[in-house]
Amino acid sequence: MSVLATLNQRRAQARIEQRPGAAVYAFLAVILAASLFPFYWSFLIGSGDAGTLSDTGMSWIPGGNFLANARSVMDNESVNFWRALGNSVVVSSVISISVVFFSTLAGFAFAKLRFRGQHGLLVFIIGTMCVPTQLSVVPLFIAMSTFGWTGTLGAVIVPGLVTAFGVFWMTQYIAQSLPDELVEAARIDGASLFQTFLHIAVPAARPAAAMLALFTFIMSWTNFFWPFIVLNQSNPTLPVALATLQANYFVDYSIVLAGVLLATVPLLVLFVFAGRQLVEGIMRGAIKG
Amino acid sequence: MTTSTLVATEAARRGFVLRESLGRWDVKLSPYLFISPFFVVFALVGLFPLLYTGWVSVHAWDLLGGEQGWAGSGNFAFVLGQRQFWVALRNTLSIFLLSAVPQLLVATAIAAALDTNLRNKTFWRMSVLLPFVVMPVAVTLIFGSMFGERYGLVNRTLADIGLGPIRWHTDPLASHIAIATMVNFRWTGYNALILLAGMQAIPRDLYEAATIDGATWLRRFFRITVPQLRPTLIFVIITATIGGLQIFDEPRLYDQNGLGGEDQQWMTMTIYLYKLGWTQLNFGRAAAVAWLLFLVVVAIGLVNLAITRRIATSEERAT
Repeated sequence: MSVLATLNQRRAQARIEQRPGAAVYAFLAVILAASLFPFYWSFLIGSGDAGTLSDTGMSWIPGGNFLANARSVMDNESVNFWRALGNSVVVSSVISISVVFFSTLAGFAFAKLRFRGQHGLLVFIIGTMCVPTQLSVVPLFIAMSTFGWTGTLGAVIVPGLVTAFGVFWMTQYIAQSLPDELVEAARIDGASLFQTFLHIAVPAARPAAAMLALFTFIMSWTNFFWPFIVLNQSNPTLPVALATLQANYFVDYSIVLAGVLLATVPLLVLFVFAGRQLVEGIMRGAIKG
Repeated sequence: MTTSTLVATEAARRGFVLRESLGRWDVKLSPYLFISPFFVVFALVGLFPLLYTGWVSVHAWDLLGGEQGWAGSGNFAFVLGQRQFWVALRNTLSIFLLSAVPQLLVATAIAAALDTNLRNKTFWRMSVLLPFVVMPVAVTLIFGSMFGERYGLVNRTLADIGLGPIRWHTDPLASHIAIATMVNFRWTGYNALILLAGMQAIPRDLYEAATIDGATWLRRFFRITVPQLRPTLIFVIITATIGGLQIFDEPRLYDQNGLGGEDQQWMTMTIYLYKLGWTQLNFGRAAAVAWLLFLVVVAIGLVNLAITRRIATSEERAT
């Protein structure tokens, strides 16, 4: 009875909570315009020609050269656009799949199994997140060139196979969303721990795994520093190819910005379909972080 | 009982014992197996390089020739004696402050706006996250075209309202502002969502009580929201510090030479590291810079922690 009463009270309060005033919407609309403008600007310049940027009477209506500029990007031999696109897809996909699999496995162990040193090991993993990646770039490069891996995708993929963030994220999620009883029931039925992981933990962790995959994919797609150091022009990822494009066309921004749009479109499409989950994932990660 | 049943039970017992002992090994070993991938990868690409960086930093080391003998503190002494190092440190800190401070303020404002009872919540949340999907390299090329000294959009707009051009690629502070703008474009909305999550975790009763006591919106914001948001703020600030101090992509592509400007106007620590290692081919000195950068990150992290702690506790004391 009292529970019902509080519930009703809550609902009444929620209904009373006012819609914000026009000022809040206006503020958010300004932020939205600031988010969108650089995209419009890229298209505006990217659809013009070499003179558009310096034209003092520049029009705010896009020109008709976007496809021609895009073609120049794709046909440029030193930029290697298609190869870069393929490489980015391969690198980001392999890293996402691997991060999700190994993080879920480790997250299951940390959240639902008992073993010696458990707490200390988890704290250690979280601690590694604070070490800057730049610190290890010199020896990592020495190691990669010793093994002859420089210039290959493996040199970019291997360091990204598991992340501390992923382990931490999946541990949090599995600890909260997978009931201990389910794990125990599977064990009593004689399932091994790995079978329990596959048939009980993986299905339960699916929503968090999807968010982690999305996040990892974006991080890896946009990553520049290490790929730039270890790869070369003939076998680049997209950000590395964009750097080459800039070096080749620094006087003609219409081609550079057409290339920028081409490299951004895949993630924009992903964002349209999965942006909601990404928002949810970032917010969910924040509370526990 | 016949012999055959005896044999059968014995077999079953053995099978059970076997399964039991397998199960025990499973319970003991599997957890370690499950977490081992992280440690294997970390040992190879995290821990080993970390220690090796220390080793390389105390040796003379050439990109092509490899180790050239013991250098002791020579690399550190050399780097610390260079004007360029201190300029790089100044630039890194300047860009960091110019991006972190406004970003945090705007992100908090956006989060507060998103924390109201909006129509189309999801739409607005997604809209602030949109810039996050653009790679920093692309952001830099887009904004680079706006911050041109002669034909840039920004200077042209300034000219339209009667202001003189700003030398975005010549003046150090102006170049820092331009680079900080790129960082802010990509990360403000992302941080706003994290802060929003923190705000939503604040118990609503606190606000109700304050409203009944007649507290204004502003008062509630500073007396309830900010102190309650402390753990989230610390998280945001720490991640911004670690990422911000290592900034490379934006200064690298801010001009076509990528070495931080003719007079090192926007040369950051990581650009300096890259320059020493990959254009001067001196890995010993590059490794020394890597360690110094790490120390800077730790130092700034501690300063930040102290500041956030103080802000939050003084708020609590005031209430």
